[in-house]
Amino acid sequence: MNPANYLYLAALLFTIGAAGVLIRRNAIVVFMCVELMLNACNLAFVTFSRMHGNLDGQVIAFFTMVVAAAEVVVGLAIIVSIFRSRHSASVDDANLMKL
Amino acid sequence: MADSSFPILTVTAALPAAGAIVTAAVPAARKAAARYTALAFSLGTLVLSLITLFRFDPQGARYQFTETHTWVKSFGLHYDLGVDGIGAVMVALTALLIPFVMLAGWHDADPLEDVTGPNRRWRPTQGFFALILAVEAMVVLSFEATDVFLFYIFFEAMLIPMYFLIGGFGDRAHAGGEEEASRQRSYAAVKFLLYNLAGGLIMLAAVIGLYAATAKQLGTGTFALQDILNARASGKLDLATSTERWLFLGFFFAFAVKAPLWPLHTWLPNAMGESTAPVAVLITAVVDKVGTFAMLRFCLQLFPEASKWATPVIMVLAVISVLYGALLAVGQRDIKRLIAYASVSHFGFIILGIFAMTSQGQSGATLYMVNHGISTAALMLVAGFLISRRGSRLIADFGGVQKVAPVLAGTFLIGGLATLSLPGLAPFVSEFLVLVGAFSRYPALGIIATLGIVLAALYVLVLYQRTMTGPVKAGVAGMSDLKARELVVVTPLIALLLFLGVYPKPVADIVNPSVQHTLSDVHKTDPKPALEAKK
Amino acid sequence: METLIGLLVAAPLLGAAVLLIGGRRLDRSGHLLGTLLALVSFAFAVVLFADMLGKSADHRTLTSTLFTWVPVESFQAQVGFQLDQLSMTFVLLITGVGSLIHIYSIGYMEHDENRRKFFGFLNLFLAAMLLLVLADNYFLLYAGWEGVGLASYLLIGFWQHKPSAATAAKKAFLVNRVGDIGLSVAIMLMFTTFGSFTFADVLPAAAKAGSAQHATITGIGFMLLLAACGKSAQVPLQSWLGDAMEGPTPVSALIHAATMVTAGVYLITRSGAIFNAAPDAQVAVVTVGAVTLLFGAIVGCAKDDIKKALAGSTMSQIGYMIMAAGLGPIGYVFAIMHLVTHGFFKAGLFLGAGSVMHGMNDEVDMRRYGGLRKFMPITFVTFGLGYLAIIGFPGLSGFFSKDKIIEAAFAKGGTEGWILGGCAMLGAAITAFYMTRVMLMTFFGEKRWVPDAEGHEPHPHESPSVMTIPMIILAFGSVFAGGLFSLNSRFVHWLEPVTGYSEGDSPVSTGAVTAGTLVLLVVGVGIAWLMYGRRPVPAVAPRGSLLTRAARRDLLQDDFNHVVLVRGGEHLTRSLVYLDHSLVDGVVNGTAASVGGLSGRLRKLQNGYVRSYAVSMLGGTAVVVAATLLMRAV
Repeated sequence: MNPANYLYLAALLFTIGAAGVLIRRNAIVVFMCVELMLNACNLAFVTFSRMHGNLDGQVIAFFTMVVAAAEVVVGLAIIVSIFRSRHSASVDDANLMKL
Repeated sequence: MADSSFPILTVTAALPAAGAIVTAAVPAARKAAARYTALAFSLGTLVLSLITLFRFDPQGARYQFTETHTWVKSFGLHYDLGVDGIGAVMVALTALLIPFVMLAGWHDADPLEDVTGPNRRWRPTQGFFALILAVEAMVVLSFEATDVFLFYIFFEAMLIPMYFLIGGFGDRAHAGGEEEASRQRSYAAVKFLLYNLAGGLIMLAAVIGLYAATAKQLGTGTFALQDILNARASGKLDLATSTERWLFLGFFFAFAVKAPLWPLHTWLPNAMGESTAPVAVLITAVVDKVGTFAMLRFCLQLFPEASKWATPVIMVLAVISVLYGALLAVGQRDIKRLIAYASVSHFGFIILGIFAMTSQGQSGATLYMVNHGISTAALMLVAGFLISRRGSRLIADFGGVQKVAPVLAGTFLIGGLATLSLPGLAPFVSEFLVLVGAFSRYPALGIIATLGIVLAALYVLVLYQRTMTGPVKAGVAGMSDLKARELVVVTPLIALLLFLGVYPKPVADIVNPSVQHTLSDVHKTDPKPALEAKK
Repeated sequence: METLIGLLVAAPLLGAAVLLIGGRRLDRSGHLLGTLLALVSFAFAVVLFADMLGKSADHRTLTSTLFTWVPVESFQAQVGFQLDQLSMTFVLLITGVGSLIHIYSIGYMEHDENRRKFFGFLNLFLAAMLLLVLADNYFLLYAGWEGVGLASYLLIGFWQHKPSAATAAKKAFLVNRVGDIGLSVAIMLMFTTFGSFTFADVLPAAAKAGSAQHATITGIGFMLLLAACGKSAQVPLQSWLGDAMEGPTPVSALIHAATMVTAGVYLITRSGAIFNAAPDAQVAVVTVGAVTLLFGAIVGCAKDDIKKALAGSTMSQIGYMIMAAGLGPIGYVFAIMHLVTHGFFKAGLFLGAGSVMHGMNDEVDMRRYGGLRKFMPITFVTFGLGYLAIIGFPGLSGFFSKDKIIEAAFAKGGTEGWILGGCAMLGAAITAFYMTRVMLMTFFGEKRWVPDAEGHEPHPHESPSVMTIPMIILAFGSVFAGGLFSLNSRFVHWLEPVTGYSEGDSPVSTGAVTAGTLVLLVVGVGIAWLMYGRRPVPAVAPRGSLLTRAARRDLLQDDFNHVVLVRGGEHLTRSLVYLDHSLVDGVVNGTAASVGGLSGRLRKLQNGYVRSYAVSMLGGTAVVVAATLLMRAV
């Protein structure tokens, strides 16, 4: 099978994820879209690894997974604490970081 | 000569730095202990700087007591210290003035009432003296640094303690009340910081540009002054004319802001007006001197051709400074702003002397830095005593002071006479040398600058007449004369003014060889008289 | 002997230091110490004089170098003294008259609470003045020059609580500073032209200089003249002298009559070689002198304040000296001779005026004097002898010196000689008029006394002997000095090595000039007698003619200064203060404000919505990627 197809899939997933981050208001969904983008990148890395015949891409994919896991831990904790104080998971409600 | 085993220059700078930390750590209630600690450290520094000065051999190497350590090898950063005659004298001046600044500001920073409760850790006195020591350490290092980047660091870093000294410890005598005073104060502090930061940033760009040029042509980049000079002398480092000019302008701009040269002077009256008199002395007599000193050390040495290229414009700006500052001083209603504008005029003279590129001009400019430091300190500190007695800085609020406080009036007059360069007092020698230096290259500018001596007489005598003579005004009537501590501040300064006015030879002998080095850097020799008549 | 020169200056300097630093505990003895040190200085001067007389004329110059003052490469200023005949003349005059005035002041300032300070300042003046005339180079001379200016400032403003005194002191210092520009520029010109500023180097070089240096030497001459104008109160820098009378009267006698104001004459005579090589500058000098001698005389005619009338006279007499000095070698010696005799009689006249004021509750308006000769006989006689000397009564000091100047002016020859001689003779007539006026209004006529501000009736009385003795000694000088100097042309020969003029005899037929002068003298005295002697003097000044009114206001020079310089200067500084705030500071603050405004607009992008930040991140990434691709493609 042509490895390029995996790249198309990765691009598609990344686009879906980016659109989701921009469009959706619910913090959980935004979060899932970020995960989707990360995984799209992972897919691209693994594909490149396969195409070029070395292991660099796979190694970086593992790094990404670790980072993603860490991010989930921190991110979810923030979302939960925001939800507790505001009773809402909408990202537009949390807009205090401005002058 | 330099005893290479003992790093006296580092210690001279490290002592006040350590003093700053120790003073800051003194407990809140022990205000007196903090004062005496700070004073002791500043006196120790004075002793070290005088040892340096006396052991400096004018006939010896150009830079003495040198210390060289590689700091960051990959960037060519060195911890290089060394003083030439000019540097040694300037370090001594700084170390000399700090104890007087401290004594004059003995109670300036004390909290108005003893704070108890949640704020009991609030200790402005400790902070005030620690900041002064911190400024001293950085100024001393900038006089000693012979590495461009090292100099730059301290040149900029001294802004931080100065910012807090100006913004945090204002003059309590303010016409507009406490709220207006604090508004003006923070305006002045921010203005001081922004002006000098802007100058510093442009200089940083030039410093990096210089590094890039050395890296490109020498293979390894360096900031060390001596390396760069050697490379330029041997032709290995050949800056294009336009590059040299741009780099020169970058350096000069920063120094002209700090000096300050017209039209970059407007931060000075605000800063000196709003800060306490000792801090004002610190600004004009110590910190600003780094600007003019650096013109001599860095602008002329690193960029001789560009310096010569820019000289006509700088000379004109300097003459404008001389006259403009003096005229504005005449028009001031606030004593401290008047002295600030007088300083603008005097810095015009210093820059005039530096860029006259003659022995007389540059030796005169160096002596001028010393003399202006001492004379302004004398005048400003006495003015501070006067202002704190009356609680006002406005000239119109005074009158007839000499009737009630003759010693105060007398010392104020001597400070004023020094400011107007009366022969017999130190500033006369330097002012005349500067004028002779300027005149021998640019006769017209020299004559125009000479008009400054009339204007100086005008602003000093008008100030003296309005404050000290005439009938005794209501608010002045109960004024006390100088106290013992205040006399301790004023008397040595006046004695120095007299001594250096009559016998400036010791200082001149240290300075002259260094000036010759600088002149040979810019490939200039003194103009020969048309008709040599000397026997 | 050489060390004595240094001690000559050091004695009064020590006195000044001790008296000014010593503080209140010297209040009771300070005046004695000050006087003693002035006398010590005079004694040194006499010893040096005797020593000098013992040597042949060409070997009389003593030099002594104390230390190097300012050493910067080729600029080597020494503290060095040179005592030659010219300096010796001045030293004797300064210390002699100075000592007498110290003694006089003991009585005059007896009730002043700051007497110690007064003597300190007087000693400071003596030291500075001696430095001025003993310096062997122009740079050290400059120090003395400004030093006497400082002493003059301190002493004019001695009664600082009076605003008028403080203003007058400031004015004197400022006008002198304008003149000082001349001296500093002259020194700079000497340094750049000759590489030196010592008399020994510059003067011979100026005499030898070729035509290439002619313009420079003329420039030096003009600058020295400017300096002399400031210090010696010559037109156009004369306006300070009248106001300087605010100072205590002994000060007016010593500084503003006998010594300091003659420093300009010293400077020009000392720089004779320069002026001889610069005829254009000489023309300027004689013009200034001639104009001032008439100017001062006219002003002196209109003043009712006795000290201001004498001040006008001083200005006029120094005008004579300056004019003489401008005539070249022939004039120098007579300028100095007139300077010395003037030192005697003018100091005597001022001390007499002070004695009168002392007895009249410090009243200065001559219209409130009258008939005082019976009440203060010694003052009357000494003042009268001074009066006869100044108008040039035959046989008295002024006659010899002034007559010689008039003759020298005519000897200049041509139209110039006639104009100068005419001015000088006219001046002599006016001198006779105004001095007779002073004399008649003060000592003759009926009493016009009025009580002072506190209502005390004046009780005129003779002054104590500590004041009258100096007056008597000065009167002796006024009478005999001129004759003594003229005997065998003694003074001319004495100064010959300095001035280079050896002819003892008068340059022109003396008879005609002397006779003409005497006739004019009689006319002047006669007119004054007709106006003030024959009929009573009105107690309130009549309105007077246009010229009288102008002369009362110093011929409108102050008004000119006020309108042009003071007002103009005020407008200039005020507009500069405004411009500094609005323009120079405004540009910077404007920049800051516009940066602030821009950032205010930019910060609206920071709206707090996470999703809009995400859009900008994405947009930014897209731009970077696009740019990278584009760069690759190109």
